[in-house]
Amino acid sequence: MAKVLVVTSGKGGVGKTTSTAALGAALAQGGQNVVVVDFDVGLRNLDLVMGAERRVVFDLINVVQGVAKLPQALIRDKRLENLWLLPASQTRDKDALTDEGVGRVITELRSRFDWILCDSPAGIERGATLAMRYADEAVIVTNPEVSSVRDSDRIIGMLDSKTVKAERGEHVEKHVLITRYDPARAARGEMLNIDDILEILATPLLGIIPESQDVLKASNVGTPVTLNNAESAPARAYVDASRRLMGEEVAMVVPAERRGFMNRLLGRRAA
Amino acid sequence: MDVRADPTRQLVRLRGRSYVAFVFSPVVPIVEWLAEIDATLARSPGYFVGKPIVLDLAAVDLSSSAIAHLVGSLNERSIRVLGIEGVDEDRLAANMPPLLTGGRACVITRNEPAQKPEPEAKPKPTSLLLDSPVRSGQSIVFMEGDVTVLGSVGSGAEIVAGGSIHIYGTLRGRAMAGVNGNSNARIYCQKIEAELLAIDGYYQTAEEIDETLRNRPAQAWLQGDTMKITPLN
Repeated sequence: MAKVLVVTSGKGGVGKTTSTAALGAALAQGGQNVVVVDFDVGLRNLDLVMGAERRVVFDLINVVQGVAKLPQALIRDKRLENLWLLPASQTRDKDALTDEGVGRVITELRSRFDWILCDSPAGIERGATLAMRYADEAVIVTNPEVSSVRDSDRIIGMLDSKTVKAERGEHVEKHVLITRYDPARAARGEMLNIDDILEILATPLLGIIPESQDVLKASNVGTPVTLNNAESAPARAYVDASRRLMGEEVAMVVPAERRGFMNRLLGRRAA
Repeated sequence: MDVRADPTRQLVRLRGRSYVAFVFSPVVPIVEWLAEIDATLARSPGYFVGKPIVLDLAAVDLSSSAIAHLVGSLNERSIRVLGIEGVDEDRLAANMPPLLTGGRACVITRNEPAQKPEPEAKPKPTSLLLDSPVRSGQSIVFMEGDVTVLGSVGSGAEIVAGGSIHIYGTLRGRAMAGVNGNSNARIYCQKIEAELLAIDGYYQTAEEIDETLRNRPAQAWLQGDTMKITPLN
């Protein structure tokens, strides 16, 4: 039974694209047939993070408009043979997407894959609403900041009202993924803590991804962080999250501060 | 000395009043048109009782006696004609309804006597229960009475109620109670972090809410024209 999962947030720059790539790769490593679909028409990035930017010929808009067939637009990942990308167009804008066309593409993808991960654009306009329109599940990517949390709350409200499932009276299964969690800043009280975020969003937690240079490094070389350095803390957190998506019980690890020797010596500055 | 009482002159007061009249526009043959009227009466007897009826004869060319016969036929059916229009005045005899001019068309709302007794309309509910959190950007408007939320109201969400507002969770957004002018309405919440509270138009923003109340169960009500916010329990 194919599952359509939208990765969304409302706010920009919180890590939707990184998380889509990382979760997609982790699910594929777990043996699932996965396609990641870039809905950020006009500002596409998923192809870069996946390292497939030089192989894009046709894109989502072409398929939605019937110019190209779906197999022509799908790009297979070079590292994992059961991971595919459906890129967005960089030259068009989000108005080129139609509800009916997206519905047709999603239906066709459902017959080919186990997981369809839709990378939503930021905002709450057409691109974002169409990305979530046919979703069965949603991952809401949130940074531990008030602005991000409030935008996530808004997006959850839209998931509960604007999706096909919601209109049928069913529920889109929602998960919160907290990214860019900085244990040191959390310890100093400079960020919202996990409990506060979950209390505000009243939605189950999928995982906590620590802030890490590994994420940036992986993006720059065009590799999902789960493939680039599987032993890194963010990679392990994404793999755990993907296992939870598949229904496994995995204990939640709250990233803790690792203090180096110098830090321990000079960690506390006198006020 | 002669005393003379001036007879007080009674002023004739003229007042205007307008009624919506039914306009009958008979067509030839008149007999068939009358049969149509009979059919209407058979379906709903008394439909024309007490309603002003005007005859518009513009579509037909009737002699004076034919008009008299038509008015008589309607009288037999208990339809009293108030006036006639669309005909030369000289065709109307003195005992006939007067000529009318200057009528304006308007829409008649038909309220026929109910054929079948309509199911009694359920009284509208006077409270609204929401069993999920109200998210940022959502606006709940319920003018008919109280709103109860089983969950939190997110920052950037708003609840507008004609009555009181009860929130079994944290209120982080706006709550506006008693918006119809109900100054007895109150706002209750389990944790107050509201952006704005308003009752009957009197409001307080987050800045004005006492810091010591934050994160505690609280209620807000109006005392005269000041808003009071006190901890619950």
